[in-house]
Amino acid sequence: MTDKPRKVGIISCSGEAIPGGTISRVACRKVLEELRPGQSVTICLPLFIAGGEGEKMFADLFPTITVDGCEKRCAALGTANLSGKPARTLIVTELLKKRGLPPTTKLRNLGDEDKAAAQAVAEEVAAAIDEVLSAK
Amino acid sequence: MDKTDKKVAVFACSGIGKPLGSVAREIGYELTERVRPDTTVLTCLALMVIGDPEALKRIAENPVIAIDGCVLDCARKSIESHGAKVARAYQSIDFFKKHNSLKPEGIAELNEAGKKLAALAADELGEVVDELLNGEA
Repeated sequence: MTDKPRKVGIISCSGEAIPGGTISRVACRKVLEELRPGQSVTICLPLFIAGGEGEKMFADLFPTITVDGCEKRCAALGTANLSGKPARTLIVTELLKKRGLPPTTKLRNLGDEDKAAAQAVAEEVAAAIDEVLSAK
Repeated sequence: MDKTDKKVAVFACSGIGKPLGSVAREIGYELTERVRPDTTVLTCLALMVIGDPEALKRIAENPVIAIDGCVLDCARKSIESHGAKVARAYQSIDFFKKHNSLKPEGIAELNEAGKKLAALAADELGEVVDELLNGEA
């Protein structure tokens, strides 16, 4: 019998050139700092290339949830290919649609609507963490 | 590709854990949106992780600037992992050393000092962009 995991690894695409990437980054910070600080850890996605074997073992150490800003799904595909299969794969644009929120348009200097979008995505990520931790 | 069609491809740290990563990201925005909007293009670093064909074409055909947030140099290494050459590589701490009164704080939201630091760095990099496109580098 394996021990239940106590933390989930969240991996944000953080895409610099798309509004969804900024939302993924801000939402994941919110989860790490405010919503699930004791139950979440993270790693910068490009470290799967730039880091060593330790970084590549991230998905072995934690069940992972990827948060992508667009349908290219860089975080989900990169994590699966370079570290291990994610437990959940989330996409910002789909989460916003699910919550009835419009797509965001800003890369930085977020306004009230963008911050509301980040909060909604963060809540979805937190809910996914709870599911993963209770399912194992 | 005609020389005049070239743009400098800018890649910034995707870091999610340190203020200097956020500075690198902000430098990318300042450079591509304010300082040299017509001659630069910001590209998601995450595309290097999946080897996106369009992004690989961009780094093969254009000069590349990498702006990293820490010594791990993810941006530079990610580009080089695909056999492409990085024309100029920076770490945001280098700009902080030059302007050490501007201490960046905050990750999701950078403080005003961090934003000012990024703006100064981007002003400096604007000249680098010109050099690269004029073939002086």
